[in-house]
Amino acid sequence: MHTLIAKSKTVRILFAISFLFLTHFTLGQAEKEGAGDGTKKNQIVIKDFHFTPQTLTVKSGEKITWINRDEEPHLVVSVEKQFKKSPPLDTDQEFTITASAPGTYTYFCSIHPKMTGTILVEK
Amino acid sequence: MSDYISHDHEDDGIDRRGFLHCMAWAGTGLLWTISGGVLASRTLAQIAKAGEDSLPSATDLSFLQISDSHIGFSKEANKDVTATFKIALDRINAMPTPPAFLIHTGDLTQLSKPEEFDTFDEVLKSCQTKDIFYVPGEHDVLGDDGKLYRERYTKRVEAKGAGWYSFNKNGVHFIGLVNVVNLQAGGLGQLGDDQLEWLEADVKDLGTSTPIVVFAHIPLWAVYPQWGWGTSDSERALGYLKRFGSVTVLNGHIHQVLQKVEGNVTFHTAMSTAFPQPAPGTAPSPGPMKVPAEKLRSMLGLTSVQYKQGKSALAVVDSTLS
Repeated sequence: MHTLIAKSKTVRILFAISFLFLTHFTLGQAEKEGAGDGTKKNQIVIKDFHFTPQTLTVKSGEKITWINRDEEPHLVVSVEKQFKKSPPLDTDQEFTITASAPGTYTYFCSIHPKMTGTILVEK
Repeated sequence: MSDYISHDHEDDGIDRRGFLHCMAWAGTGLLWTISGGVLASRTLAQIAKAGEDSLPSATDLSFLQISDSHIGFSKEANKDVTATFKIALDRINAMPTPPAFLIHTGDLTQLSKPEEFDTFDEVLKSCQTKDIFYVPGEHDVLGDDGKLYRERYTKRVEAKGAGWYSFNKNGVHFIGLVNVVNLQAGGLGQLGDDQLEWLEADVKDLGTSTPIVVFAHIPLWAVYPQWGWGTSDSERALGYLKRFGSVTVLNGHIHQVLQKVEGNVTFHTAMSTAFPQPAPGTAPSPGPMKVPAEKLRSMLGLTSVQYKQGKSALAVVDSTLS
């Protein structure tokens, strides 16, 4: 019995450790995924003809990815031609750029120009 | 929307507002007649009841508008846009009096891909009306600002700039405009200075009695600017056309029939042959609208336009594919 209890304790401790690891891992994932709404870090979701978030703040050197969740194609273009334009993005297609010099970058969809967004690049 | 009849020009029990309301569910054909700048409308059922005499008599020119084929689109709203495009062409081939020519008001393709243009051209071979005039939609100029589109569809009309041109048929002056290139952030459709200067010169020497038909993809009136359904510099274009007694503006882009009369100018938008879009402001976005399969064809269609010399009226008839 005593041995069994000891074993049970060991199991409990192992479970507790595993739980801690799992919690840590999950939290790590959540951090990586940003606001916990399923979006990845530095991801701009295109849905219902809107860029979300409307303004994204990133560090210089980080990657920024747009993903199109509409059934309509969209095409991301820098207003001041500060970064290369995307190809036409069909449903679920992505486009990634790397943030360079700090500053404010405005962009829009050249197919639906009412759609606009801003990227703030920090040092 | 009120159900009261506010303008019943022909004492036929329906006005434009009521008519558009009916369109939301009936999906039947429509006849629009324009006489002296006054618009009246009747359903095809009412015309059938009134007999053929109520239709415009012998016309000097009849042509068809088709729009928004979106070849390459395969989402839920219509998984086979090639089939519905073909049905539209079959309808044209079955007309007792073939149209003199077709006008396609843009978005031939979904993504401007060469293979999509190939499919479009291949299907079009079945159309017995071979004379076809085009303007591009924003879906036809993706990635290359319309280079491929122009190579294929505007060479024979000696188009200028991004693909605008004009031509005459039976005394009617037709103007094809491009408002889908070089669009500006936050803006609407745009014609641009070069095209506007060309337009001013193009109509300068025409007599005011010359009937004018303008066709372009994005509406040349502010249908719903919040969704980008308008053209930022269309007022300037319409300014050059103000002195003419009869101006008919045919647009696509919004995949539904809407009409407005302003002085001597009648604005008209056509149905798509591919999928419907929501009425202005009735959905979170103007994206493709999913409707039950059995209802789809009643929301797709084409537009027939008839002109009789000596009359300022052009009759515009919309009919669905159902």
